[in-house]
Amino acid sequence: MITSPGPDLSQYWSTLAPDWPGGFWWHWLVFSVIIIAFVLLLVMGFVYIERRSMARMQVRLGPNRTGPFGLLQPVADAVKLLLKEDIVPNTADKLVHFLAPIVALTPVIMVFAVVPFGDGALLSDLNVGILYVVAVASVASVGIFMAGWGSNNKYSLLGAMRDVAAVVSYEIPLVLSIIGVVLMAGSLSLNQIVQAQGIPFILFQPLGFLIFFIAGCAEINRSPFDLMEADSELTAGFHTEYSGMKFALFYLAEYGEALALSSIIATIFLGGWRGPLLPPWLWFVLKVIIVFFVMVWTRTTFPRARIDQLMALAWKFLLPLALINILITAVEVLAWPEGLPWGLIFVNIAIMAVLVVLWSRKFKLGWGRVEV
Amino acid sequence: MVLKTEPFVLNIGPVHPSTHGVFRMRATLDGEVIVDLEPVFGYLHRGIEKLAEERTYTGVIPLTDRLDYLASMSNNLAYVLAVEKLADIAVPERAQYIRVILAELQRLASHLIAVGSFLNDCGAFFTPFLYMFREREKIIDLFEMLSGQRLLYNYMRVGGFNQDLPDEFLPALRILVKSMPGYVDEYDRLLAENEILLARAKGVGILPRDLAISIGASGPVLRASGVKWDIRKADPYSIYDRFEFDIPTGTVGDCYDRYRVRIEEMRQSLRILKPALEQIPGGPVKSPVPHYLHPPAGEAYARIEAPKGELGFYLVSDTSIAPYRCHIRAPSLINLTALRDMAIGWKIQDLIIIFGSIDITMGEVDR
Repeated sequence: MITSPGPDLSQYWSTLAPDWPGGFWWHWLVFSVIIIAFVLLLVMGFVYIERRSMARMQVRLGPNRTGPFGLLQPVADAVKLLLKEDIVPNTADKLVHFLAPIVALTPVIMVFAVVPFGDGALLSDLNVGILYVVAVASVASVGIFMAGWGSNNKYSLLGAMRDVAAVVSYEIPLVLSIIGVVLMAGSLSLNQIVQAQGIPFILFQPLGFLIFFIAGCAEINRSPFDLMEADSELTAGFHTEYSGMKFALFYLAEYGEALALSSIIATIFLGGWRGPLLPPWLWFVLKVIIVFFVMVWTRTTFPRARIDQLMALAWKFLLPLALINILITAVEVLAWPEGLPWGLIFVNIAIMAVLVVLWSRKFKLGWGRVEV
Repeated sequence: MVLKTEPFVLNIGPVHPSTHGVFRMRATLDGEVIVDLEPVFGYLHRGIEKLAEERTYTGVIPLTDRLDYLASMSNNLAYVLAVEKLADIAVPERAQYIRVILAELQRLASHLIAVGSFLNDCGAFFTPFLYMFREREKIIDLFEMLSGQRLLYNYMRVGGFNQDLPDEFLPALRILVKSMPGYVDEYDRLLAENEILLARAKGVGILPRDLAISIGASGPVLRASGVKWDIRKADPYSIYDRFEFDIPTGTVGDCYDRYRVRIEEMRQSLRILKPALEQIPGGPVKSPVPHYLHPPAGEAYARIEAPKGELGFYLVSDTSIAPYRCHIRAPSLINLTALRDMAIGWKIQDLIIIFGSIDITMGEVDR
């Protein structure tokens, strides 16, 4: 199924299209439906998981009235949001205000075009898959800035400006931490990255995983970096002025981003669809949910960082560590071109521990003012 | 190239998740940094001081509940102390003990909310808040046994109490006092050494010792700035001079110190509760007081260490059944005057936690 694309365009199409009856378009249709269903269903699942597990951690019950165990709560939420009045502020930039939720949501769904749900089960096995993911995912922040600007609300604008600053800073450690994985897999295609993971890369790349997870959380506004919609400060940040279906789209985009991040982490660090006994797609979904659960966990536990501390973390902590991670991975890959021996797992974990401890000695988030 | 920028005026409140009521701050911002701040309050003004002039001395007690509605018992206590001073009424021993117990329980309940909502302002998404509500609930249950109310108790009377403690109160309180230290340690461990909390709260919103004294701050805000001042020790009222406890103080006067001082004060309150429970004598809970009190003409000022600071009632009597004048020294209002000095130069996010660390109740600020 995996062939390297040549310069010839017809060969390129054949890379995308499997040998299904009907060829490319049939494949496209099936996977588009699968992706949209996957995103919508899992977002609903995420909302349910988040609310229930957060409630559990906060010594309360959470939604348990709608359907068995409150399972229908996301459906009820969706219906409620659909029926709400759609309010556009008088002074808003109407077109930008209207387009923003769409611009925020579309890239999130587009990310899934290259995420494999099973061996070769993906819409398009782009040979620059992971690069495509990074490029497309950051477009979502344009939607957020449009929302902040178009609403003509000061809280929204502050939230949106924080988001852009965070995305610009965190994109760099995010991409650099992926390079370690790419070096080990020898490919940018997500499917090939999964195929290369006899042992999940999280074990060989613990430092890369840590950086990717932190930077990813900061990019998609998950706590402790949820400065863009900091509810105790900016009421709701960029989506303060949104209601009804437009708000629902933002909500969907937000959890969609969390889903996208969990999927990418599951794919490039946790071995994607690989796993014994269970069918590949189930393994994939399980890993995605585990990653998401960790995000919920941090959200219930940590206070929120400040904007300058957020920037300092990206530039002074994550960026140098990401560069060191690339160096170490490159040396290891050069030394063992046939594949890394499993003993390196311990070496790498030890390196991560030493580096993190060293850096946290050197670098304080800053008690008081941080000069950035 | 020099870009021209202009200041940005942000209205925080009156309806905002972190203003703890209807408080408004007009913040002038340079980017995210606060260059000027103008607190605006008065949205919750109900004219309690004026209303008090039209009511009998007993009838004012329900009004005092509505000052700091998170610490109604303390407000009751301050008011009845003032009336007792004015009319020179002695209070039975048992009632004195019950008053101390209730005031300390109220301090626990109020500090639980203060610490919880401070951590919530820091962005810890409701987890510490709900944990602390769990224990506050137990204290509220105790108060409900006494007064049938869960927020505005209206339990204390001039000269003591209207009715004695119900039989189940003391056993339930003993269980609470036994289990509470463990819970306080739990809150302490929850986030005390968290790197993000340290980064956010340490060194932020410093209230220097001199400034704290000169604006007349009191309570945990003053003590966090390093001033060992607690009215329970400095000017003992009721029977506080019989109990042993320490006054926790901070060193720097930043948000983190105010948070630590509150946690420590919870421990000290428990230290008072334990002997009070053991020593509580039997006997009457109310000295005979006429239904309509006609205190001799004169004035009286009584102050207590309320959870939020020095709460004082100044009463003037013209021998009629209602106070001629009632003035309330509200700790929330006076501590709030430090806000501008603490917040300027910090970012919006800091403003929110500085405001949260002062711990105010709008009911008391606006009266």
